[in-house]
Amino acid sequence: MVEFDTPLARLFSRTKSEKRAALIGYLPAGFPTIEGAPRVIAAMVEGGVDAIEIGFPYSDPVMDGPIIQDAADQAIKNGTGASDVFDLVKSTAALGVPTVVMTYWNPIERYGVDEFGSALMAAGGSGVITPDLTIEESARWAQASVKSQFNRIYVIAPSTSESRMPLVTSQCSGFIYAASLMGVTGTRNSVSGDARSLVARIRSGSDLPVAVGLGVSTGDQAREVAQYADGVIVGSAFIRLIQQSATIEEGCERVRELAASLSAGVRG
Amino acid sequence: MSQTTPIAESEIIGHFGPYGGRFVPEALIGALDQLAAAHLAAKNDPTFQAELSELHRTYTGRPSIITEAKRFAEHAGGARIFLKREDLNHTGSHKINNVLGQALLTKRMGKKRIIAETGAGQHGVASATAAALMGLECVVYMGEEDTKRQSLNVARMKLLGAEVIPVTQGSKTLKDAINEAMRDWVTNVETTHYLLGTVAGPYPFPEMVRDFHRIIGVEAREQMLSEVGRLPDAILACVGGGSNAIGIFHPFIEDVNVRLIGLEAGGSGIDSGKHAATISGGTPGVLHGTRTYVLQDKNGQTVESHSISAGLDYPGVGPEHAYLHDIGRAEYRAINDDQAMEAFSLLSKTEGIIPAIETAHALAGAMIIGRELGPDAVLLLNLSGRGDKDVQTAAQYFGIPL
Repeated sequence: MVEFDTPLARLFSRTKSEKRAALIGYLPAGFPTIEGAPRVIAAMVEGGVDAIEIGFPYSDPVMDGPIIQDAADQAIKNGTGASDVFDLVKSTAALGVPTVVMTYWNPIERYGVDEFGSALMAAGGSGVITPDLTIEESARWAQASVKSQFNRIYVIAPSTSESRMPLVTSQCSGFIYAASLMGVTGTRNSVSGDARSLVARIRSGSDLPVAVGLGVSTGDQAREVAQYADGVIVGSAFIRLIQQSATIEEGCERVRELAASLSAGVRG
Repeated sequence: MSQTTPIAESEIIGHFGPYGGRFVPEALIGALDQLAAAHLAAKNDPTFQAELSELHRTYTGRPSIITEAKRFAEHAGGARIFLKREDLNHTGSHKINNVLGQALLTKRMGKKRIIAETGAGQHGVASATAAALMGLECVVYMGEEDTKRQSLNVARMKLLGAEVIPVTQGSKTLKDAINEAMRDWVTNVETTHYLLGTVAGPYPFPEMVRDFHRIIGVEAREQMLSEVGRLPDAILACVGGGSNAIGIFHPFIEDVNVRLIGLEAGGSGIDSGKHAATISGGTPGVLHGTRTYVLQDKNGQTVESHSISAGLDYPGVGPEHAYLHDIGRAEYRAINDDQAMEAFSLLSKTEGIIPAIETAHALAGAMIIGRELGPDAVLLLNLSGRGDKDVQTAAQYFGIPL
């Protein structure tokens, strides 16, 4: 697949030259509020997050565990819609960090496939992670990404077969999202041993950067994953801190601290 | 399916025109491929088919009979109305057809655990029944709201040895139970089969569940020819996810003079916004792994559905129904709560058959279609379930003290 020259693609070139992994932080748009989300993202970036993944809050998120489900529910109750997602992409990209959107497929189809791609690029976004879009259903999405030149990021699972692996990785650009385990998003006490072997399997057939998500929540876990992956994705751990904080100021402070710890982790 | 079918499925496997397909996490692709292969092999395996037929004969109670509803028909324009009695099946509805089929497939795939979603509890009870019969572990996800509304069915599932997990996420109803079952499946897919209860979800579920329910239409077609001497003018069935409807429709699809009419749950009326009539009042979108008609808002968020019938209270519909609608081979109409309850009461009092409230939507449809077609018409209606489970709801509706 053609590698589009996006801020995201340039980030991985840079972190590679710095011999470290990139740290990617996730937050749903509209969480904890529509106005609060940019503040949390700013705190992530101040703490050392290299790229931001903005979630499009969706009513039926089957890949997400309870922490992100609750955050998405809250964001939907806050009235978050497509325009809020693109506004957040815009303000985030303006901070100089590569920004991608993570969304289930239906909101894209509802918005308009081509239109979603154009709106993303107009806001300064780099790409889109689609956790429930299979490559078999991707024809229109592939056309849109060529037209608007954004990175399409698919998830590879530990259960992805050897024969299927190249079919999926060849559709990816920007990076490949390796799901560390068979399961949904959430914090876990340790990172699954499957992650290392999955990254090795992906690397044997693709030169794209590989980022590991699902279950990474501490600096030590980030350090461990950074030994074999090009990127570390952290979502639920940040969200949980916001959920546990009495005020957004407190939440942002704790997010900044976690980001700093993770950022040290990805530097080994 | 015959080669001469006028609605050849899309060349891409698992699609019905623009509908169907697979919109699921990558982690499930392997399991869906395994399931599709197991289903295809079983479909062409006389041993499997014989085993399932024998189970249906000796356990389900098939073939189910057809009953002519003469007194009820007086309220339906005098048309002749035949009821396909799926309510007489073991566990009280058509659901057992699919559940036994999938449970046999589960054993063939070497899996020992099944999970299921349930709204009213009928599919949960049927799944728990099949699990007990075949020695499988069974976990049923049920919205917390539904566990309160349907506490009797929760107790039935537990008596049958199943674990019932109340789902507290989202709207706490069937839609969220499906989400939670899919999350369980993503996590435990090596050991677990997701025994989906309707003709929705990712490929191969819509085809597979349909194939297990086709027996309804296959039997009914033979019974109409042998007992009535002709095919019906119209076939009616209620549509939530659409499994009983596709089961009776499908063997008649090539009989182009037979109208296929699905009755959706109109709740308080489509204009009120409080309904579950997905085809009549929804738009194309993706929900629970398949492209179909969906009740959704401008951002693509699924909108909560409403119906007096828990079994029809679902904001999606099987993709094959979406396709049959678009090509004009089947028609879909909405029946509101009050119309359904009137038909519920009428069948009880004229025929001595208390139907499920889901089924009452089809009966209300028969009252309308019968009047439209007049006394020469012959209608076949899928009496998909019995109403024992609905006694509490009906008593409340009609003001009968319990």
